[in-house]
Amino acid sequence: MNLMMLLEMASSAFGDRVAIGSKDGSGVSYTTLYENSGRAAQFFRNSSAEKIAFLDTSSIALPTALFGSAWAGLPFVPLNYRLTGEEIRELGSEIAPAIGVANISMKDALEGVPEFEAIEREDFLLQTRNGELPDADWGMDPDEIAILLFTSGTTGAPKAAVLRHSHLVSYILGSVEFMGAGDEEATLVSVPPYHVAGMAALCSSVYAGRRIVQLPNFDAASWVDTAIKESVTHAMVVPTMLSRIVDELEKRPGVSIDSLRSLSYGGGKMPRPVIEKALHLFPNTNFVNAYGLTETSSTISVLGPEDHRNALESQEEPIRRRLSSAGKPLPNLEVSIRDEEGKVLEAGTSGEIWVRGEQVSGEYLGHGTKLTDDGWFPTNDGGFLDEEGYLFVEGRIDDIIIRGGENISPGEIEEALLAHPEIRDAAAIGMPDTQWGEIIVAVIVLSDGSDIPVDEVKVFVKDQLRSSRTPDHVVTMDELPYNETGKLLRRVLRENLSGFSINEG
Amino acid sequence: MELRAGSRLKSAVCDTEVIAVKAPAEDIDIRCGGAPMTEPTNSEVEGGTPAEGADGGTLMGKRYVDPEETLELLCTKPGAGSLGIGDTLLEIKESKPLPASD
Repeated sequence: MNLMMLLEMASSAFGDRVAIGSKDGSGVSYTTLYENSGRAAQFFRNSSAEKIAFLDTSSIALPTALFGSAWAGLPFVPLNYRLTGEEIRELGSEIAPAIGVANISMKDALEGVPEFEAIEREDFLLQTRNGELPDADWGMDPDEIAILLFTSGTTGAPKAAVLRHSHLVSYILGSVEFMGAGDEEATLVSVPPYHVAGMAALCSSVYAGRRIVQLPNFDAASWVDTAIKESVTHAMVVPTMLSRIVDELEKRPGVSIDSLRSLSYGGGKMPRPVIEKALHLFPNTNFVNAYGLTETSSTISVLGPEDHRNALESQEEPIRRRLSSAGKPLPNLEVSIRDEEGKVLEAGTSGEIWVRGEQVSGEYLGHGTKLTDDGWFPTNDGGFLDEEGYLFVEGRIDDIIIRGGENISPGEIEEALLAHPEIRDAAAIGMPDTQWGEIIVAVIVLSDGSDIPVDEVKVFVKDQLRSSRTPDHVVTMDELPYNETGKLLRRVLRENLSGFSINEG
Repeated sequence: MELRAGSRLKSAVCDTEVIAVKAPAEDIDIRCGGAPMTEPTNSEVEGGTPAEGADGGTLMGKRYVDPEETLELLCTKPGAGSLGIGDTLLEIKESKPLPASD
């Protein structure tokens, strides 16, 4: 098993289709991508590199380097190209001996790191355009490492999740129909290469035969413009992106993206008001909510278009609230909810989400596997399954607030806060307290020009939840801190708050 | 023949090529078009045609399994023969199409 199988099949069945590029025909076909990947493999093999890093925004060089690495049998390591010079040099030394396809500032930053050869995008692409094509001689050992992904590290030092060929190939074979896309279909990829969804998007689209349109630096206006210009039919966004797209479309009345059939979102908690607005702004688009982790080769559960419509139209709260769920687990996976001792909990009870299946890695480079003896991966995400098996994700277990012995999910409070029309963004954080162990601090961002009294915010939450879940303090900020892929940085927020004088109120 | 996940096989009597996605530990008599399948590098293939009853053909990108799902073959090149273990034909692994999620 090797990721190259996917590209080889695409090249032999629909080699002339545009793999990556514009609908005007500029770009590369599957056959060209296959051949360029072969020459990239040759280039990598001629060096002493043991890993191939990628420190640049999305371009044609990305799939070429990914599949070239798979062909050469070397792990592909996409890195955050916005890291500081010091951070990148540290990671660079960790993965050396390596070649890194890099932008100019990353290349400069890596200057002098032993056994790390940085090459700029255009110079790399030159190597892949001409020359002998090697035999289709990639290894088929399913246990070889395909991709190393440094997890976003919102807490503590980043660790590299190990994704082997078996994990990724199982994920693709289990969730994507070969050549399932019509030749008019195109997907807009705006997540960065170092996000698991970016890697998965390349593999899924190649296997489905869906043209990839890359948006290297996300901003809402270019996303909308590109989607229209390229007649994009599919797209995946993280919650902050969707929220900005919604704002953008509200500023441009009359503008619609008629070609968009399917919009998938994931990678963080989606505020219900944002998704409800989006459903109205895209009345003819199918919405898909995907939940997954780096360690599980992307998606493990999906809330499909039908589920969205049913939830939106239903008058019953248990069905309506499924709009906030992550849907049902993929058919070739098992999901269970466990307590702290690993005992399976019944429907409706919150605990830790565990998952088992062929796409699940649960392994970190140099730290071994986190899988149990019988193959289960404890995700460190809290959540529950409802009576019909819909999965609700409540956020990282570490973020759960324990107030007076009661476990409180920040997500529940955040959702209650966001239901207020004048609250634009919200976070709930546990802060140390001598009496309660932890107290609940709500941090809110108000809509422009709003001013809500603290007491009103508290009452608003109390009316929806119960008094023990009412924020003890409410702090207003201009923005909440997010990383570039839309994950709330609770650690940063907590640090900011410790210097903040929390007034009684 | 002994198979591992990742092993490639080709038909002796048609164009079919497969990759083993899942394989049982024991020796197994994998056939296509009624004839034992062979290593893709084997150039001494006689040719011929699929046997009657094993000529339904294979479809590219489909996965073929035995009833117990101990064996799973991915068709990477289609042909006129049908896949089987001995005389028992494999079946297409039916999967509900999932919405694109990434």
